[in-house]
Amino acid sequence: MPETNIELKNAIEVRNLDFYYGKFRGLKDVSMNIAERKVTAFIGPSGCGKSTLLRTLNRMYSLYPGQRAEGQINFYGTNILEKNQDLNLLRARIGMVFQKPTPFPMTIYENIAFGVRLYENLSKTDMDERVEWALTKAALWNEVKDKLGQNGLSLSGGQQQRLCIARSVAVKPSVLLLDEPTSALDPISTGKVEELINELKHDYTIAIVTHNMQQAARCSDFTAYMYIGELIEFGATEQIFFKPKRTETEDYITGRFG
Amino acid sequence: MLTNFNQQLYNRRRRANAQGLILSMVAMGLGLAVLLWILFVLLSNGLAALDWNMFTKDTPAPGSEGGGLRNAIVGSLMMVGLSVLVSTPVGILAGIYLTEYGDQSKTAELTRFVTDIMLSAPSIVLGLFVYAIAVATVGNFSGYAGSLALSLIAIPVVMRTTENMLRLVPSSLREAAFALGAPRWKVSTMVTLRAAKSGVITGLLLAVARISGETAPLLFTALNNQFFSTDMGKPMANLPVVIFQFAMSPYDNWIRLAWGGALLITMAVLVLNILARVFFREKISA
Repeated sequence: MPETNIELKNAIEVRNLDFYYGKFRGLKDVSMNIAERKVTAFIGPSGCGKSTLLRTLNRMYSLYPGQRAEGQINFYGTNILEKNQDLNLLRARIGMVFQKPTPFPMTIYENIAFGVRLYENLSKTDMDERVEWALTKAALWNEVKDKLGQNGLSLSGGQQQRLCIARSVAVKPSVLLLDEPTSALDPISTGKVEELINELKHDYTIAIVTHNMQQAARCSDFTAYMYIGELIEFGATEQIFFKPKRTETEDYITGRFG
Repeated sequence: MLTNFNQQLYNRRRRANAQGLILSMVAMGLGLAVLLWILFVLLSNGLAALDWNMFTKDTPAPGSEGGGLRNAIVGSLMMVGLSVLVSTPVGILAGIYLTEYGDQSKTAELTRFVTDIMLSAPSIVLGLFVYAIAVATVGNFSGYAGSLALSLIAIPVVMRTTENMLRLVPSSLREAAFALGAPRWKVSTMVTLRAAKSGVITGLLLAVARISGETAPLLFTALNNQFFSTDMGKPMANLPVVIFQFAMSPYDNWIRLAWGGALLITMAVLVLNILARVFFREKISA
């Protein structure tokens, strides 16, 4: 758990962010920091806007006309909400893992190599090394090293999700966004993914959306509690879980509400 | 037990169920009977014509003995082949445009509308159109014109199946590819199209099945050719038109060949349909 008196560098600074699905305002004046090489968790009841917030951080919402964000999201000093951003490059730097495992319809090896090839021109040997490195990072290498030529869809659900994490890690982003990465997994696979998150935070800035309070408590350094599009409370995870300042936060965490 | 069980209501529902079942069985029986009848007539007449000569000899001149369908088979294969080569890329790319790029835009809506009209347009109209632009202007019938007419029928089929199959691909898969920083064309070709591969191939096979039996568009375009020719700039023999001309002729050997050709086309279409089913089943199980 972080000491509050240590100066932290922010990877992302969200300032007065509003988000609209057409006319519906999904996020209301959200401001928060995502510290470098720490895990920041977003918690809150369904529909509170935590996934929406995550999807603004890599501009995923821009795929859909009618969705727009106002305010500022500074990613190492650059406001990514400004026009003329190269979204492909941005998404290569801010990776994302989704709720359901989404292996591409290709081999395990190709699943990893796909993203790497987009921005890097590696020799066969270097690519082999990168694939092994990414799969090792995602704690999957030992399970798949003898079947890299198999289709990614042939893996179990938990393995597929770790493949997706490996795929995101392989392009060496600086931030990883995890959108309920374990909600479709059994407890054992969930445990593996959580261990992975603790491992990955040494090298990456991580933001995770979760419905599982214990998961937020176990994995994160900072926690943001959201409710109907508003950021109710944001602070060190220990403080949010043991000494919440707002009664709404306390009600949610203790299960009296939600 | 049910507290207010109504025996009468229950009996009535059972009767209605039995009646519905009988009606649908009769309808199915009728459909099946007609199909089997067609197959039976085709087999009993066509099998007699099926021999080696059919594949090695060309269509006979009026009054001459024997003969085969070699020129028509080769002509059909060449025209259908060329038309597949043209309509596959056009249809698939247009299908990708409709789902991945245009989606709800005015252009996409208009394209869909026009495609639907093309799908239901009588093929004789398409034939006439190609006659006006590619035969009347050039001055002679040609295999190319025939291919063009067949392509106009195949493209909308390929386009709409591709679109429908791409639409079945969950958006989460697209998002996952975008999240790695992939540009849209990479997402469309490497991920979405690949995920829909078997469905798209099914659409292609069905388009081939559709155009291999089309007669009307070839009547005004490729016409026919009594001799063996692989020059697509010239009139070209093809199975549907040969069947059309031979079946109504007074010569016994011509009529026999017409049945043989009809059987050949039917078998080819049957094989294509079975292949399409196999491909589609793979997709469902995947």
